[in-house]
Amino acid sequence: MQTGFVQRPSPKENYDFEVRSLNAESLNSESFREPWYRYLIYLVAGVAFGIILVKAQVVSWFRIQEMFRLQSFHMYGVIGSAVVVGMISVFIIKKFKIRSIDGEQIILPQKKFSMGQVYGGLMFGFGWAMTGACPGPIFAQIGTGATVVVITLLSAIAGTWVYGRFRDKLPA
Amino acid sequence: MIEWLSRPWPWYIAGPLIGLMVPFLLIIGNKTFGISSSLRHICAAIIPSKIPFFSYDWKKEAWNLFFVGGVLIGGFIAASFLDANAPLDLNPNLTSELNSYNVSINGGLLPTDIFSWENLFTIRGFILIVVGGFLVGFGTRYAGGCTSGHSIMGLSNLQLPSLIATCCFMAGGFVMANLVLPLILKLV
Repeated sequence: MQTGFVQRPSPKENYDFEVRSLNAESLNSESFREPWYRYLIYLVAGVAFGIILVKAQVVSWFRIQEMFRLQSFHMYGVIGSAVVVGMISVFIIKKFKIRSIDGEQIILPQKKFSMGQVYGGLMFGFGWAMTGACPGPIFAQIGTGATVVVITLLSAIAGTWVYGRFRDKLPA
Repeated sequence: MIEWLSRPWPWYIAGPLIGLMVPFLLIIGNKTFGISSSLRHICAAIIPSKIPFFSYDWKKEAWNLFFVGGVLIGGFIAASFLDANAPLDLNPNLTSELNSYNVSINGGLLPTDIFSWENLFTIRGFILIVVGGFLVGFGTRYAGGCTSGHSIMGLSNLQLPSLIATCCFMAGGFVMANLVLPLILKLV
């Protein structure tokens, strides 16, 4: 097990809320493995999310253009009501200390401010208006048969990789 | 039922359903909603290249890859079985603006005058698809999240950095859509 081929940095060095398995506070410890059928639930949740994105036309390049030109309320309604429902849910989970079905305490990561949220946020905003897609809709668009979006996805993966490669040289 | 599902869903149905993804994932597996991390896990899985940012056990985050795989399948199901070919009721100002750039509205989710294999190597097609995609991948990771991770999950948890990120997403989008995109669309 420990004959690692990649020298993995200690969780402390690579502490990152995006990678929950590296998060020492997470009770999802080394010993805990999710049963295989759990992945089926994530798949089904993804299917539901994909259907919602397409049927609400959130994946439409045209709807994104309307949003950024203030020509339609639709996208603001979708994102706004999603946030309100999410906020109420998180409030209830915290208030009543609701646990996950495995009995784990639900700990939500506290995000730290960095200039990346400004520079990266602006860059993502440019990309969002250009491709008409944030990462979720990229996958949904491919599913609807817009196969050229595979190129958008590969480009996005390349962008992620280049970020990872040069992240220590970027202002943070 | 199928007929009702086949119509475009209004925002007050779709938005709350998207919001419910947050508690669902938390309760099912103590997972925080966020899509763009999947791009990082893909890098970690196929091209880690000993970069610290990609050196972790991506298999422990595999749920995220199942989720985005599901999103792709969901897109297929919606387009194949739940699509009544409802035309987009677009704002006429947008329609006429796009027509002036020779971008026709043909009922799809994406304008095929730009997003198609034939147009991938036109100047505007290449910029929007390849450069746009790169900015999505680079920008979301630099910002530490996207619309789902910051705007929905982060705001639901009242995180100030997520509010800042969301404002920057919107600012970037406004600048691109209104000031830069018209110039790009003029390049054929």
